Amino acid sequence: MYNFDFTRPSSIKDAVAAIGAGGQALSGGQTLIPTMKARLAMPETLVSLTGIQEMKGICTNDAGQICIGAATTHAEVAREVAKSYPALSDLAGHIGDPAVRNRGTIGGSLANNDPSACYPSAVLGSGAIVKTNAREIAADDFFQGMFTTALEEGEIITEVKFPVPQKANYQKFVQPASRFALVGVFVAKFADGVRVAVTGASGEGVFRWTEAEAALSKDFSAAALDGVAAPSADGMISDLHGTGAYRAHLVKVMTARAVAAA
Amino acid sequence: MPKDSGIGAASKRREDLRFLTGGGRYTDDINLNGQTYVYFLRSDVAHGRIKSIDTAAASAMPGVVRIFTGADFEGVGTIPCGWQVTDREGNPMKEPAHPILAQGKVRHVGDPIAAVVAESLSAARDAAEAIEVDIEELPAVIDMKKALAAGAPKVHDDLADNLCYDWGFVEDNRAAVDEAIKKAAHVTTLELVNQRLAPNAMEPRVAVGDYNKGTDESTLYTTSQNPHVIRLLMGAFVLGIPEHKLRVIAPDVGGGFGSKIFHYAEEAFCTFAAKAIKRPVKWTSSRSEAFMSDAHGRDHVTKIELALDKDNNFTAIRTETYANMGAYLSTFAPSVPTWLHGTLMAGNYKTPLIYVNVKAVFTNTVPVDAYRGAGRPEATFQLERVIDKAARELGVDPVELRRQNFVTEFPYQTPVAVQYDTGDYNATMDKLMEMIDRKGFDARAAESKKRGKLRGLGINSYIEACGIAPSQLVGQLGARAGLYESATVRVNATGGLVVMTGSHSHGQGHETSFAQVVADMIGIPENMVEIVHGDTANTPMGMGTYGSRSLAVGGSAMVRATEKIIAKAKKIAAHLMEASEADIELKDGQFSVAGTDKSVAWGDVTLAAYVPHNYPLDEIEPGLEETAFYDPSNFTYPAGAYACEVEVDPDTGKVEIMAFAAADDFGNIVNPMIVDGQVHGGIGQGIGQALLEGVSYDENGQILSASYMDYAMPRADDLPFYKVDHSCQTPCTHNPLGVKGCGEAGAIGSPPAVVNAVVDALNRGGHAVTHIDMPLSPHRVWQAMQG
Ligand SMILES: Cc1cc2nc3c(=O)[nH]c(=O)nc-3n(C[C@H](O)[C@H](O)[C@H](O)COP(=O)(O)OP(=O)(O)OC[C@H]3O[C@@H](n4cnc5c(N)ncnc54)[C@H](O)[C@@H]3O)c2cc1C
Repeated sequence: MYNFDFTRPSSIKDAVAAIGAGGQALSGGQTLIPTMKARLAMPETLVSLTGIQEMKGICTNDAGQICIGAATTHAEVAREVAKSYPALSDLAGHIGDPAVRNRGTIGGSLANNDPSACYPSAVLGSGAIVKTNAREIAADDFFQGMFTTALEEGEIITEVKFPVPQKANYQKFVQPASRFALVGVFVAKFADGVRVAVTGASGEGVFRWTEAEAALSKDFSAAALDGVAAPSADGMISDLHGTGAYRAHLVKVMTARAVAAA
Repeated sequence: MPKDSGIGAASKRREDLRFLTGGGRYTDDINLNGQTYVYFLRSDVAHGRIKSIDTAAASAMPGVVRIFTGADFEGVGTIPCGWQVTDREGNPMKEPAHPILAQGKVRHVGDPIAAVVAESLSAARDAAEAIEVDIEELPAVIDMKKALAAGAPKVHDDLADNLCYDWGFVEDNRAAVDEAIKKAAHVTTLELVNQRLAPNAMEPRVAVGDYNKGTDESTLYTTSQNPHVIRLLMGAFVLGIPEHKLRVIAPDVGGGFGSKIFHYAEEAFCTFAAKAIKRPVKWTSSRSEAFMSDAHGRDHVTKIELALDKDNNFTAIRTETYANMGAYLSTFAPSVPTWLHGTLMAGNYKTPLIYVNVKAVFTNTVPVDAYRGAGRPEATFQLERVIDKAARELGVDPVELRRQNFVTEFPYQTPVAVQYDTGDYNATMDKLMEMIDRKGFDARAAESKKRGKLRGLGINSYIEACGIAPSQLVGQLGARAGLYESATVRVNATGGLVVMTGSHSHGQGHETSFAQVVADMIGIPENMVEIVHGDTANTPMGMGTYGSRSLAVGGSAMVRATEKIIAKAKKIAAHLMEASEADIELKDGQFSVAGTDKSVAWGDVTLAAYVPHNYPLDEIEPGLEETAFYDPSNFTYPAGAYACEVEVDPDTGKVEIMAFAAADDFGNIVNPMIVDGQVHGGIGQGIGQALLEGVSYDENGQILSASYMDYAMPRADDLPFYKVDHSCQTPCTHNPLGVKGCGEAGAIGSPPAVVNAVVDALNRGGHAVTHIDMPLSPHRVWQAMQG
């Protein structure tokens, strides 16, 4: 790790100013700190977001959306939305291990947009809204490929607003070593249709499997997927842990399981 | 009635209190006055010629004490190899130099190029980034067969090719084996890979070198399984320091699994550099560094043929193995695929003719050496997989096929040099059958099927050779060391004992089990016995701990030394009681005169030894301290039968272990709880190999699995609750304790059980799969099902 300065502002405004002055946001540090320890990142100043009360905690707004502060840990989400949004709670409760869940945050996970991370599938699958210090971004516009998001330089996520579906489920097939998602599928059934978001599989990061969405919107049952071909293996990640073809196959298997379990 | 102390008691591990409460003293806990820190700049290419190294800018950075490169080691020895294998033609293996820091070429990712010694680790790292190294990258050889092809790039320019040796065993059997295979009623052939593993001890390697100007003595603190061996190798062969000026201390060590047997360049570096700069030098490996600098294990590619007659008796076995040595020969690397592997190819079976061919190959990869089981897991895996395949081809029960071919009469001379002194393979198989409810399998499989899962059962036997080893025999086989063990028993005036052993405990619980043995022999409480190990300054020359040898060889030395103590103590007791020595009996810590009510306590005798006012000084010396060295007359042969039951998810290929049972014969048992623990750990590692672990290289020699993000270690929830049993006991016939060793059994016996089970599940599910190479990741199993 290289030397760095550290500041812990208590308001979004001060944080944005510090980041604007060349700092880098630090939330749970579960991605950034290991990267720094490996000397793959060398921020001069870390701007901790963990002291900002307005970025923490969970509430339900008038529109019935679950609003989660960006600096809220995975463990808190797992605990707090267990009743109001069980699929989201289950997803958060299976990220990493207890140490990771007690520090890692939803904002950090989304900003990082790891192609194997869990949260992006819930956000895209729920059609959530990512709120930043400057604007609101629809999930469909937020994720722009592996480790890439719509965030501008110096822009920070402050909150995520989740519409609550009638039924939902997340199926995570773990990569045996890291236990990130080798393939993770988040299925959410809303009054006006079904959303299916897939993480872990594509080199482009999280994506919506629209063919499955169409079939499931007509008939929300695992059997409805029988006639749907697995997504193309082109562009799927191929590595030590599985070929693109295997991942494509798993997308279909996990989607069917998510529907059955929803 | 189970005993509550002494031999056979499940005494609680006394060392665990300090290990579990942060009280251990590991090498990294040692910090010396004026200590400096070294960071090794390691090669990030697999093969290249070093054109220049410029350390000028780096040397000027803050905190830098000195930067070393290969040039500083000209005239210094290179890392030696401890075993010389002779090839089929009678020529010695090729033995390229292994410099402490790269000289001229780098040969694997992780090969150290320069070492920065600085006031802090981060200053050393900062400076290392400022070293300018110009390396001309050369084509790398990773695949062993490609490495042997004509015109392949050479790992070592001064060698004719990348072949270390081509070994045939038993060469004289070759023609007869070929003939038997030709004539066989049935031949089953299997090609398989025993994949490369990274050892991953919980404690990474650490070395602290220290030099005392006043006495000209060097001290090395290191994470080692055998400090005396390191002292000898490093002192005599690398640095030219006589043993009396060199002390090696291996304090608490957090797991070794073989990887801490070997003498590593970093140890020699810290010792050398401490003397050069006259300050202590400390190196602590990071986990990432461990993946590219700890010797790896296994990495065999094998073809095995099993010949059977028309009655399904095994008539011959022929194997051809390519064994990866990596870029340099690690300390015991050449012995693993030969003498620790070829000699075990008979397994538990009376196959009359066996021929083993091993080609050891240099590649641009991390050196490969012994890893828990070392050679024996590779032998067992081939054999137990090919027998399962044969049973399937012949349509016979795999257990019956094994039983029919079991060795049943002992001693049994195998056709591969070793002689099994004792065993009962049917007994452990019978025990296993009691443990697993084989009859109920079909019902369980039907229930799994209802849930959409395929259930399979894998059963196998194993045998291993432990208690390494008779020195004269291994000397003939190429070992450059003796393999005895030593113990000094020092009795104090007040009756307590300190046992200084040449064995080394790095998690095995010696402090507990060794104390049980000595306390039991004398009849005193275990807490009167202290076990000391790990410091060459206060233990007799010993060969250390590996190959499940500590109790069988080290324990035997301890028994012999304790026998000497008891014999002398009886003389003293006889004097005190004015009786004849022949009439003295020792029981429960009391000496008595047979047939009388006269007795003196253990403590009376020990006090007399050190306060010899009333003492037979004309016959014996005062004091009560004895040393014994024990050199075994044979290996020991633990054996057993293992079973694994799995469920395979046909949609994803994921394997879940539903049950695992192990019936082992370890001979006599000193502490059944510790034995259970050793077997549990071994099975965990075996399941790790079978399902999860594997080092992968890309074709350029980059390690693809260089961190826990990609190298899958078994976690608790990957493992089932095991059923283990060691009630079948055929005591070893040639050591005084009748013990055989239990440290590696689990890792040897379990991989074939798991793979046999998965192949069985797939076949029951209608997939005609004959073999899947480990690790049986979901992806590989799924692919196998796709045909
Ligand atoms: C052992 C381990 C296992 C894991 N397993 C999983 C898993 O199974 N599934 C999974 O999804 N993840 C997993 N993770 C990742 C974990 O969820 C991380 O916590 C998460 O990806 C990053 O969140 P963080 O709060 O720690 O962010 P940090 O590490 O603090 O930051 C990550 C990046 O986001 C930026 N950032 C942080 N907060 C904001 C913000 N509010 N606005 C803008 N930018 C911001 C930072 O500058 C940095 O670039 C694992 C991590 C570890 C160490």
